[in-house]
Amino acid sequence: MAVEKIQDLGVSSNDDVVLVRQAVRTAAVEAGFNIVDQTKIVTAASELARNTLVHGGGGSVRIELLRETAKTGLRLTFEDRGPGIRDIDLAMRDGFTTGNGLGLGLGGARRLSNEFQIHSRPGEGTRVMIARWKA
Amino acid sequence: MERIPILQLGQFLLVTIQVDMHDRLALALQDDLTTQIVRSRARGVLIDISAVDVVDSFMGRMLANTAGMARILDAETVVVGMRPSVAITLVELGLSLPGIRTALNVDLGMALLQAARGSEDLAVGG
Amino acid sequence: MAETTLAGIIDRHETDLLDEWTRRQLESLESRRDLVPESELRSDSRSLLSVLREGLAYGNGQDATSAQWSKAQSLLSDLSRRRVIQGFSPSQTATFVFSLKQPLFDRISQSAADNPALMAELLWSASTLLDKLGLATVEAFMKTREELIARQQQEMLELSTPVVELWDGVLALPLIGTLDSERTQVVMQNLLEAIVNKAAVIAIIDITGVATVDTLVAQHLLKTVAAARLMGAECIISGIRPQIAQTIIHLGVDLGNVITKATLADAFRIALRKRELVVAKA
Repeated sequence: MAVEKIQDLGVSSNDDVVLVRQAVRTAAVEAGFNIVDQTKIVTAASELARNTLVHGGGGSVRIELLRETAKTGLRLTFEDRGPGIRDIDLAMRDGFTTGNGLGLGLGGARRLSNEFQIHSRPGEGTRVMIARWKA
Repeated sequence: MERIPILQLGQFLLVTIQVDMHDRLALALQDDLTTQIVRSRARGVLIDISAVDVVDSFMGRMLANTAGMARILDAETVVVGMRPSVAITLVELGLSLPGIRTALNVDLGMALLQAARGSEDLAVGG
Repeated sequence: MAETTLAGIIDRHETDLLDEWTRRQLESLESRRDLVPESELRSDSRSLLSVLREGLAYGNGQDATSAQWSKAQSLLSDLSRRRVIQGFSPSQTATFVFSLKQPLFDRISQSAADNPALMAELLWSASTLLDKLGLATVEAFMKTREELIARQQQEMLELSTPVVELWDGVLALPLIGTLDSERTQVVMQNLLEAIVNKAAVIAIIDITGVATVDTLVAQHLLKTVAAARLMGAECIISGIRPQIAQTIIHLGVDLGNVITKATLADAFRIALRKRELVVAKA
């Protein structure tokens, strides 16, 4: 599998969340996703970018365009050095939120993606990876 | 910060969202709408999202809150022009926008508002 | 001695190799010489020979998949693509590479006649190299053919599931045949687009012509109905045969508050009522 392109963006303001959406949209178009798949990954990115900003105190995202022999994919990795999540299962449950919100961020991002991985520990920050593939 | 313009059409307010809103702008819109509803004594609000290509849970919340506040102020809200890709994504996301009425375009949304208004007036008028 | 490497042998005998190789290709294409002009065969062969010579300069081609061989790979890939479109079969296409074996082996035997060990080694290298390249040709061929078929399927898909406007604001989507997950998704997206374009507040999805419905298809149907509702339109599902009704119950699919009707006619009646329309005698 080859990583064809990498883009790193900082997530430290509301405007950054918008920029992340736009960058992911561009990358999804480049990966050849149809409009529905584009919308899904951009929406998931929006949720995770906001999480990184609001709960993680700011962080970054890496956007990678992946090429395998039979398919193309987009992988997003959000990272922050915030307080971390104590109970990941609880956080993934819809409706759960410690801030203001419907709490659909993590669960929603997972539902909208083909792959989902989260690493987080209290005091150690959080890293969330999502990926979507197109045959 | 720029603000989203709100148009007054008789007893109704029309908002057309045409930019990729950052969170603060969305919240500002929520405030502005509530203020305008009171100021113009509007009976209905149309929010046109036909130019919006992403609706995430924050935006969904904003729309739900707006509709809720409008109802308390005796105004109905209809969200119009949702794109298929957005609708499909919302279904996948699990966001159902409870308490929000929708219509395919401004005309149909207006008809919906007038029908709602009309039946209400009948009920009150006796 | 330059002569006793593969690169050297090809270099020294290039013209005869090219002639004999082209002749063999034309022979094997006996009945299909209409597919490709001889000039194209010659020029393709000449290109591959020279690319082979370049690659062999790095060794006897033990690793035909490495970067040094990428030129050969892309040449063969391009050739295979053209051959698919020209109507060749996979083996006819691979013959391009394999028919170089005999001429090359003959030249190797001549050049290393006095050294059996070297001859064996060169024959083996040449054979494995051409085998690898031949197989690469077949793979590229298959890939192109699959892409072509996928594209044709897409076109057929679009032709076979038209959305019909029954009346102002009422659409019907008659689904026919077997539904697989991918096809259902495409069809449903088309329906939602049509709902927007025609401002149809009611869409009837008729599945009379559908043989079986599995869980995935049922889920796509329900997601479409939910999406349409979010947009401000309503869906009615009609044409549910007894077997399908049974399947839906067995699968435990929850139709929720989706209106379902046995026939398209029934569904249309409901649609008219919802649009506050009445059909009257003239």
